[in-house]
Amino acid sequence: MAAHTGVLPGFRLTLGYTLLYLSLIVLLPVAAVFGKTLELGWGEFVDVVSNPRVLAAYRLSFGAALAAAAIDAVFGLLLAWVLVRYSFPGKRLVDALIDLPFALPTAVAGIALTALYAPNGWLGGWLAALGVKVAFTPLGILVALVFIGIPFVVRTVQPVLEEFEPEFEEAAASLGASRWQVFRHVILPHVLPATVTGFALAFARAVGEYGSVIFIAGNIPFVSEIVPLLIIGQLEQYDEAGATAIATVMLVISFTLLLVINALQAWAARRGGKEQ
Amino acid sequence: MRFTPRSLFLAAAAALALGSARADVSLLNVSYDPTREFYQAYDAAFARHWKERTGETVTVRQSHGGSGKQALAVIHGLEADVVTLALGYDIDAIAQAGKLAPDWQQRLPQRSAPYTSTIVFLVRKGNPKAIRDWDDLVKGDVSVITPNPKTSGGARWNYLAALAWAHKRWPGDERKATDYLRELYRRVAVLDAGARGATNTFVQRGLGDVLLAWENEAFLALQESGPDTFEIVVPSVSVLAEPPVAVVDSVVSRRGTAEIARAYLEYLYSPEGQRLAAKHYYRPVHPQYADPADLARFPKLELLTIEDFGGWQKVQQEHFADGGVFDRIVTK
Repeated sequence: MAAHTGVLPGFRLTLGYTLLYLSLIVLLPVAAVFGKTLELGWGEFVDVVSNPRVLAAYRLSFGAALAAAAIDAVFGLLLAWVLVRYSFPGKRLVDALIDLPFALPTAVAGIALTALYAPNGWLGGWLAALGVKVAFTPLGILVALVFIGIPFVVRTVQPVLEEFEPEFEEAAASLGASRWQVFRHVILPHVLPATVTGFALAFARAVGEYGSVIFIAGNIPFVSEIVPLLIIGQLEQYDEAGATAIATVMLVISFTLLLVINALQAWAARRGGKEQ
Repeated sequence: MRFTPRSLFLAAAAALALGSARADVSLLNVSYDPTREFYQAYDAAFARHWKERTGETVTVRQSHGGSGKQALAVIHGLEADVVTLALGYDIDAIAQAGKLAPDWQQRLPQRSAPYTSTIVFLVRKGNPKAIRDWDDLVKGDVSVITPNPKTSGGARWNYLAALAWAHKRWPGDERKATDYLRELYRRVAVLDAGARGATNTFVQRGLGDVLLAWENEAFLALQESGPDTFEIVVPSVSVLAEPPVAVVDSVVSRRGTAEIARAYLEYLYSPEGQRLAAKHYYRPVHPQYADPADLARFPKLELLTIEDFGGWQKVQQEHFADGGVFDRIVTK
């Protein structure tokens, strides 16, 4: 990293500020988690995190978070597209609705979704007649995570689409590209990096989500028990080291996944740049 | 106090809360979930009593939440003058952190439990699955709602009540008892994190045929949703749930509230305290002070105490700790 990075002075000051701020807000709490975990010996640590029930919860939490983020990526892109490209009555209202999952306390979201999807709820009763159970199954967890994750994709893709003039599409069409070719070779490369970022944000949010999931999950061990619930369980036993051990593994996996997603995003950005 | 981000945050929150209440004297009572309604009434009664006795105006502030989480908050520095929690185990944990004397349970009458409760069944009106006792819970396609004993104090009482019956049914046969518990928990449709959550699942969402609940919680549910929706079924055997109370020594000695904190808890044993407890569906330890109409709501049944199981430390180690009986029965 060179000291000479631009026309504006103050590199040292800003770097110092960045490091201090990051340390205080992010690194210190994370370090406290790792520090607490160190109270356990290696053997105890392995015992806690390799418990079959904990492993099942990891599979569920990461699986559901990835699936929910993938669904959000597809439908978030679609939503952003509609909001940017078309104007229709009530568009402002729809646009504001997107942010609602951000603003709503997650417990309220969880209770509302459960009331809706429970076998005696509006949607749940109807789905139950079709033999589909949503509330109190892993499917319910997915529904909650899709709900809380959708604004992340829409809000990251929207500004990128707004900058993307329709002329590009028209030019491609006038050169004889089919609709699919326009989407595949003109639009997608342009919005893919932002979509991947939105995916990463939605995923990161979903992995740690507790409030909304706890009401709709059913919390049955090996079936619908998420990692954050196990962490709370450890705390209730006054086993803070055990709780942070489970959290540490979760942090490491999340961090690795986010690094991979970032690399993917950088690759997509480079590739998109080339194709343009 | 250990220097962790959480304890700092809690200390800051407590300091803010303390700064806002400017009375002659204030107390913070850290309690668990279902006591909300009771302490609301009791705090007003105590304030009147204290004013008459000393002329001082007292403001009691309440904090409610899951019993274990509340105990953790106190351990991490929440400035509770008194704790009124769901289980002795949670107050033991506070004592182990050095905040109050290890013999706290001997300092007030009745092992520091001024009111008790028990575990009963709440079933749907007309009792369609004909549930009378614990063995009916594992018959046919009966589906049970009870919270997770790992995350809920109330759920531990439920588990012990089932165990109490199993011990009675198959004396000395631990294997039969464990099999019964395994079958019982196999039928749990939703394992909520807390007792209120389980009540909501059963009452609002309509899941399950039977809810294992605190007696006071079952009465509250009945009162909320009317007598045409549910019935309380009292099993042959259950546990005597003793939610204990204690003064937090380290806090009151710093704040100079030792005398009033002690008086606050002692007043729970007074005629007025006992009357209010019975009114809010807790079984009073001095029934002679309660309204006979309130008392009539509590049927007699055989009740085992936690001491019959060897005390909380042993029970926790054997059943609820990692790798304990509960972990084994849900692991199949």
